[in-house]
Amino acid sequence: MAAMRHGKYRFLAGAILPGLLLYAVFVLSPYAQAFYLSLTDWTGVSGQVTFVGLENYQRLLDDRSFLAALRNNGLMLLVVPLATIALGLLLAALVNFGGRRGSTMLAGIRGAEFYKIAYFFPQLLSLPIIAMLWQFVYHPNEGLLNGFLRAVGLDALARAWLGEPGLALWAVMAVLVWSSVGFYMVLFSAAMESIPRDVLEAAVLDGAGRLATLRRVIVPLLWDNVQVAFVYLGVLALDGFAIVQIMTVGPGGPDGATEVIGLGLYRSAFTYGKFGYAAAMGVALFFLTLAFAAIALRASRRERVELS
Amino acid sequence: MDPSSTPVVRRTSRRRLLQAAGVGLAAPALTGCVTSGGNDDDAAVAKGRTSAENPLGVPEKTPLEVVIFKGGYGDAYATNAEALYQQRHPGATIDHKGIQKVGEALQPRFVADTPPDVVDNTGAGRLDLATLVGAGKLTDLAELLDAPSIDDPARKLRDTLLPGVVEDGTLDGKVYSLNFTYTAWGLWYSKPLFDRHGWSYPTTWEAMLALCAEIKKAGIAPWTYQGKYPEYLNDPLLAMAAKAGGQDLVRAVDNLQPGAWKQQPLLDAAGAVAELAGRGYLLSGSEALSHTESQAAWSQGKAAFIPCGSWLEAEQKGITPDGFDMVMGAVPALGAGDKLPFGALLAASSESFLVPAKAKNPRGGLEFLRILFSQPAARKFAELNSTLPSVAGATDGLTVSTGLGSVRGAVAAAGTNTFTYRFRTWYAPLAKAVDDATGELATRRISPAQWADRIQQAADAIAKDTTVTKYRR
Repeated sequence: MAAMRHGKYRFLAGAILPGLLLYAVFVLSPYAQAFYLSLTDWTGVSGQVTFVGLENYQRLLDDRSFLAALRNNGLMLLVVPLATIALGLLLAALVNFGGRRGSTMLAGIRGAEFYKIAYFFPQLLSLPIIAMLWQFVYHPNEGLLNGFLRAVGLDALARAWLGEPGLALWAVMAVLVWSSVGFYMVLFSAAMESIPRDVLEAAVLDGAGRLATLRRVIVPLLWDNVQVAFVYLGVLALDGFAIVQIMTVGPGGPDGATEVIGLGLYRSAFTYGKFGYAAAMGVALFFLTLAFAAIALRASRRERVELS
Repeated sequence: MDPSSTPVVRRTSRRRLLQAAGVGLAAPALTGCVTSGGNDDDAAVAKGRTSAENPLGVPEKTPLEVVIFKGGYGDAYATNAEALYQQRHPGATIDHKGIQKVGEALQPRFVADTPPDVVDNTGAGRLDLATLVGAGKLTDLAELLDAPSIDDPARKLRDTLLPGVVEDGTLDGKVYSLNFTYTAWGLWYSKPLFDRHGWSYPTTWEAMLALCAEIKKAGIAPWTYQGKYPEYLNDPLLAMAAKAGGQDLVRAVDNLQPGAWKQQPLLDAAGAVAELAGRGYLLSGSEALSHTESQAAWSQGKAAFIPCGSWLEAEQKGITPDGFDMVMGAVPALGAGDKLPFGALLAASSESFLVPAKAKNPRGGLEFLRILFSQPAARKFAELNSTLPSVAGATDGLTVSTGLGSVRGAVAAAGTNTFTYRFRTWYAPLAKAVDDATGELATRRISPAQWADRIQQAADAIAKDTTVTKYRR
């Protein structure tokens, strides 16, 4: 008996250890190194490294561009997940239940499958391509957006979208939402298909309108998915590096208006040669993301809706 | 930061973002191996007999290893110089490497003290010059500069270079790198366009404003600029200030002197740029255009002037319509009291060549540079790349395009009146503060006085920061 148990543990250890080892080498140790580097003044090229304690973190608090980045990432954290989830739910509901077939509202609109593919399409493009594409859309003189505004006689609304501090971040956030909403539409759509029809029919028989059904029946049943989407989108909003780097003036501008933490980190490391300081930013971002995920999961915990 | 790099390099590095990121990811892996090496007892350096033909005493049978950054200029010009080396030293074999990521390839070799004999340390992944110098890894090039030039043994190599080239490779009073290409900055326009309208290039700011009014009347935007990267607009601004205030102004700025950015010529130059915006002389939307977009608009005749360095013509190849015939002029003088003449130029050299201290054949490395910086080799480079080499007169008599011809003319007209700011490469965070402020100035969201205030604050912060290595000139 004892020998068998011993053998079982040996088997388990043999199965788990390689994985743990890989995890330690490729996930934990880089983090540990980053933590260590954030306490040094490493320049990234020279061999001399001096331990400076918490000095890098102290500097972060005085760094105007880092504070601007915190503010911008904060705004993105508020706007991007909410807008994406709201739009994703709405589009998914339209595709699944928006049709007008017969007396009930349980049919999807015509061409639902086409819409699913069309909306999902941006997900297939890499972020740099999306950023390039939208840079053309926002082009102040030949861009699609200003061209459209001028064509419909709204010349006064045409802007240098990425050139004005008050607009640039919103223009970037719109692209982030555009690029991810299709994926969440498909995700929510799949979840909606698994909702038993009789639940919805009961709601309709009880006289619930479309919006009420969406809000009170469908969304609660989809809550697990929404929660996961919220965490994923939050992490996306805390990053934003690639799109800001490619699209914006400066980049990170005009005048810091679209600065994000990832960009400041990149600039500190590769332009200023301050890898230690950049590592401190990375560690700060790590804890921010961790805290966000924990809070998001805890705050959005709800009672499970039982279907039976 | 590499004090000899120029905006050409900066621009490349921005475009090679992913490439640079790749280098960065590799960097941490290098930390572990930095303490080895440092073997102080010099191995007997191979040295041959010196003679009039062989002033640097190159040993005849020692092989030579050359590493060239194979970027926009390719490496054909280097193999050409190697062939010339082979002619002079038939006994030597030459190992040529044309590579892209110089730093990645050579850092371990520098650490292990087995570097090549001569290196073109250029490109996004180049090694940091100050770090190499600090670690004693480079040969002082004074001997090379004082050696007789290939073309005229009566002249030292030093005297055949364009103004500023030796200074560009100097760090803490010693020359460690020699830059092979020469970049000048100015305002570009289409000569036929100006001829058609009877416009002539303005030599004073007053004349510039008058001309802008006329250009605008003709239905063309007088100026555009690469708004997404405001540093392009800094160049004419800072050039005008330097001409008005002279070399002392430039030195004060680079040396982080208190109040340096509030000198009157800088305020006036900022005022001039603000005035362009205020009078509506900038192509609308320029503030959000990238360099390719704004330069394309300019090539399409939507704007008359654009500020840029001398690489513009090569960069616009394929986009510029036939008969556009672009030329570059020096920025106009701010006023009659300017300390430098109108022809004075913002100019600097780049494409940095160095000879490692622990090379097996440092004599050969120096000799290779002596040959590379000779008229035939430099001329070959100009023919291959339509770019000015930093050897004086290398393109004389060569039939060149209008752009390169105008740059050559401007450099000749400037003579020794060239200047270059070093703060961009010495203090990158200050460069960013200037870029941001100039972007805001050009959109009139801040005034010239606020522009100066903001930058002065950033400069003072760097001056106070004890963790930043300070340089002086």
